[in-house]
Amino acid sequence: MSAALSKVTVYTETVVYMAPEQFTADAPYQIAIVTLADESRRTVRIAGERVHIGDAVEWVEDRNGIPFFRKST
Amino acid sequence: MKAVAVIGIGKTAFGAFPDRDLRSLAVEAGQKCLADAHVSASQVEAFYLGNFAGPSFVGQNHLAPYVASGIGITGVPCTRFEAACASSGSAFFHAVSSVAAGLYDLVLVGGVEKMTSQSTPRVAEILAGAGDCSGEVRVGATFPALFAMIARRHMYQYGTTREQMAAVAVKNHANGAKNPLAHMRKVITMEQALAGKPVSDPLTVYDCSLISDGAAAVMIAPLERAREFTDKPVRVLGIAQTSDHVALDLKEDITTFRAVRMAGEKAYRMAGVTAHDIEFAELHDCFTIAEIIATEDLDFIPRGQGGRYAIEGRTCLKGERPVNASGGLKAKGHPVGATGVGQICDIVTQIRGEAGELQVARHSLGLAENLGGSGATAVVTILGAA
Repeated sequence: MSAALSKVTVYTETVVYMAPEQFTADAPYQIAIVTLADESRRTVRIAGERVHIGDAVEWVEDRNGIPFFRKST
Repeated sequence: MKAVAVIGIGKTAFGAFPDRDLRSLAVEAGQKCLADAHVSASQVEAFYLGNFAGPSFVGQNHLAPYVASGIGITGVPCTRFEAACASSGSAFFHAVSSVAAGLYDLVLVGGVEKMTSQSTPRVAEILAGAGDCSGEVRVGATFPALFAMIARRHMYQYGTTREQMAAVAVKNHANGAKNPLAHMRKVITMEQALAGKPVSDPLTVYDCSLISDGAAAVMIAPLERAREFTDKPVRVLGIAQTSDHVALDLKEDITTFRAVRMAGEKAYRMAGVTAHDIEFAELHDCFTIAEIIATEDLDFIPRGQGGRYAIEGRTCLKGERPVNASGGLKAKGHPVGATGVGQICDIVTQIRGEAGELQVARHSLGLAENLGGSGATAVVTILGAA
């Protein structure tokens, strides 16, 4: 993940309460489809505060291959 | 191309049946269908089976001959089709195409899924395999999560409300309560639907279809031969299968299913009808929002108005155009691989006028819409009295 991940906004989101087997320990967790600066989209995990459609978010880190984003400060 | 007719149907009840295995369900539906069509197993020239995940749910592969031989069908081509929740819709599309092309006269099309022997988290994981495992699924998206994100965006763009989605659940439960073959025969209220346990926000358990066991089958033949077998043939007037990206994040606009729009346009053109002519429909309500979007994608109502269309009661059993008189996937149940052919059985039953308490007033032209995954496969079929 790099500078290409600036100006990222939330296109849609959900909080998952009933998780698949491998993520039951994480539930509830928020995932979102975010729109990147080049208009492409990516499905990501949200860390921290809950986000809504239109919110600006920023990349935090990749954990086990899962990209985590959080609300921009 | 030859005109094609459905000459027989057969269904098991949908539900949780701990003492039934996949084959016994599929064989029951197949045998009921043969009896209804007045066709013997030895007359069947090909068997097409829709099944999503038999290998994952029950550990069995090579399913088409495994099921066919149980029905007494051997020696002919037996083939399994997998297209997620549109598996048997796809099997039906290809069977109709082969009869229309003159390859065969009598083709049996089945659909089956045995889901309830696995835990809910494991079922969620198997179903997630219909998504993109390199992206959305790896991040932790379940199928309810994908449709929750679709719902969230539809609410944002069009003002669709939780109450409008709940209205779909209330309607389909009211219908399912009268369907002797339905998984959940329970009327629910708007208050209950809104207060359901959260699955993936904004969807609650009442927005989600059921995890079910079940099977369905139909027999098809050239229309010119249909009356050798039945007094009530039902004609396949239009049918189309289409496709789109598997990953939700590759779709330009997730508030519409492009594959459904394309399949609908093609099927309407082939049948020589418009959306206005369709009297009743079975739509793929894997989630309440999916029924709302289907009514928009099939031009029953303009874009963005599907929620209002549902809550105004226009799609209920006594409404202007009943949708999911069977109870839909929501209440009838959703044994994934059986759903597409099950919808065809439900439309045929209505056209024959044999739907009992659930009989719709106008029943000469019906539409079935079967959706795979979050919209990567769609099959739309228009059936009419022959």
